[in-house]
Amino acid sequence: MSHTDTIGGARIAVTGGTAGLGRALVGQFKEAGASVALVARTATEVERVAKETGAVGIVADVGRADDVHPIALQVTGGLGGLDVLINNASDLGPVPLAPLADTTDAAFEAALAVSLLGPFRLTKALLGALAGSAREGRGGLVINISSDAATSAYAGWGAYSASKAALRHMSAIWDEEMSESGVRFLSIDPGDMDTALHAAALPDADRTALRHPAEAAREVIAAIVDAWPRAATVPVEVDG
Amino acid sequence: MIAAGARSEAAARLLVVGADGRIRHRRGSDLVRQVRSGDLVVANDAATIPASLAARHVRSGCTVEIRLAAWASPDDPAAFVALVFGEGDHRTRTEDRALPPPVRPNDVLTVGPLRATVLDLLGSPRLIRLRFSVSGAALWAAFARHGRPIQYAHVPDPLGLGDVWTPLAARPFAFEPPSAGFALGWRALSALRACGVGVATLTHAAGVSSTGDPDLDRRLPLDEPYVIPSQTAAAIAAVRSRGGRVVAIGTTVVRALEAASTGDGVVSAGAGVATGRVTAATAINVVDAVLTGVHQPGESHFELLRAFADATVLQHMSTALEAGGYRSHEFGDVVLIERQGRCAPADHDATTGREPVPA
Repeated sequence: MSHTDTIGGARIAVTGGTAGLGRALVGQFKEAGASVALVARTATEVERVAKETGAVGIVADVGRADDVHPIALQVTGGLGGLDVLINNASDLGPVPLAPLADTTDAAFEAALAVSLLGPFRLTKALLGALAGSAREGRGGLVINISSDAATSAYAGWGAYSASKAALRHMSAIWDEEMSESGVRFLSIDPGDMDTALHAAALPDADRTALRHPAEAAREVIAAIVDAWPRAATVPVEVDG
Repeated sequence: MIAAGARSEAAARLLVVGADGRIRHRRGSDLVRQVRSGDLVVANDAATIPASLAARHVRSGCTVEIRLAAWASPDDPAAFVALVFGEGDHRTRTEDRALPPPVRPNDVLTVGPLRATVLDLLGSPRLIRLRFSVSGAALWAAFARHGRPIQYAHVPDPLGLGDVWTPLAARPFAFEPPSAGFALGWRALSALRACGVGVATLTHAAGVSSTGDPDLDRRLPLDEPYVIPSQTAAAIAAVRSRGGRVVAIGTTVVRALEAASTGDGVVSAGAGVATGRVTAATAINVVDAVLTGVHQPGESHFELLRAFADATVLQHMSTALEAGGYRSHEFGDVVLIERQGRCAPADHDATTGREPVPA
């Protein structure tokens, strides 16, 4: 089955949709014929990407509890429902990276708010839409963007790693609990990409050794297409 | 009855009125014991629009509250039927709210940067049709920013969208929450499935439940669009062919299913509009039992129950609700009424077959 066969006509929401992997996903989903809503904090960036791609732009901060239902309202109102939610927005924690012993409470909480609590709250708010999609045989899929930092201990990445490890395990629990409603959850590690987040973490990294976000986006979409009609047989963790 | 003040204890109690008129008091969590393997539960998955908008009436310069009440037409995503209130806020009971300044056709109302034009008045100085200058994503963005859910004088703390979306809320279509759906959390859904009970949904645009004007209230409910998925229509047909029951979660589900049904109980999938009241004179062709909130005689939600049970049974029900101190209104307790004439339900635990422990 081609990507267009599966993704075309699907209703998809992407958080962190103006940069890096999120931006690449929004563009590729739109090219495949999907209806897409993107969420990001900066109004000018949201407007720019919405204009460039034709996606619905939503200005909001997934790390703020008060923003979550307004996001869900605009996603489901703008798209008429939801088939796929991609929790992509992440917070790196302290910049420059810092050992946990030097990480402020505020920086740690910010990482958890965006990378863990945000996906938790937004998934809950959109669960009715996703379950409805599953009942109608349209989809019902949540992709949580993970990292190798979720499973490996890298010094300096404590806040980010803890949030991604928790997100990864939460994906597995969600999947256990929601499979009977037909909503499936995948945790996907897209690998080290040449993004603003990576540059903030490791400014001296050799960028030529990093993946382009568009390449990672193609793999994420391939995983979605693979999971789509046979979601029940797909393992929770997909290697990136 | 006691006005409910918070949803934290939503559906804490359940009054069951059997097809034989027998009344039983149960816990809200016992809902799952009131349905049987082979039954189908149908819920309204409409999410609630933040329908209360602080607006300015441009011609008079006055601040008003626009309370979106219903879609003006299923084909026009920018046009609404709306109530307009003058000074005051939700802490004043709706019936005590001031009238707005005189509103005329073609008047402009502004909500933040959003403009709406008054199309016409609907036989009252506070009931209008209006159309916003934008639709689609731009309108949802404006509602997200400038709207909030309709508030209630009996709920002192401000209600956010998260307070008025039921667990199954799927897309914004209703103007007040289809509140019986609060009783159907994910744990209950799982328990129902484990008992062999089917779960299906439709989307029905529940309109405002009260206008604050007795004359207008008599016109409620307004016309309400609905959409019934083909899977739901098929599930109903399958359940009926097996002799199972269709249990409606909320009066809006009754309205949609009966509006979409033919006389022989076949439900058509697709979009439609439920018009008029369901009353004692309405033949119920599809729904065998309805879960609803605690309402007062005269309210349209209560009057709908007359299609399920006669006046004597409903009087007994009201007496039992009053004596039992059941909580009324949107976030209160619930009542399950089986249509009279159906075989009387045994109190049944589909998992064990045991009689449950009384509340």
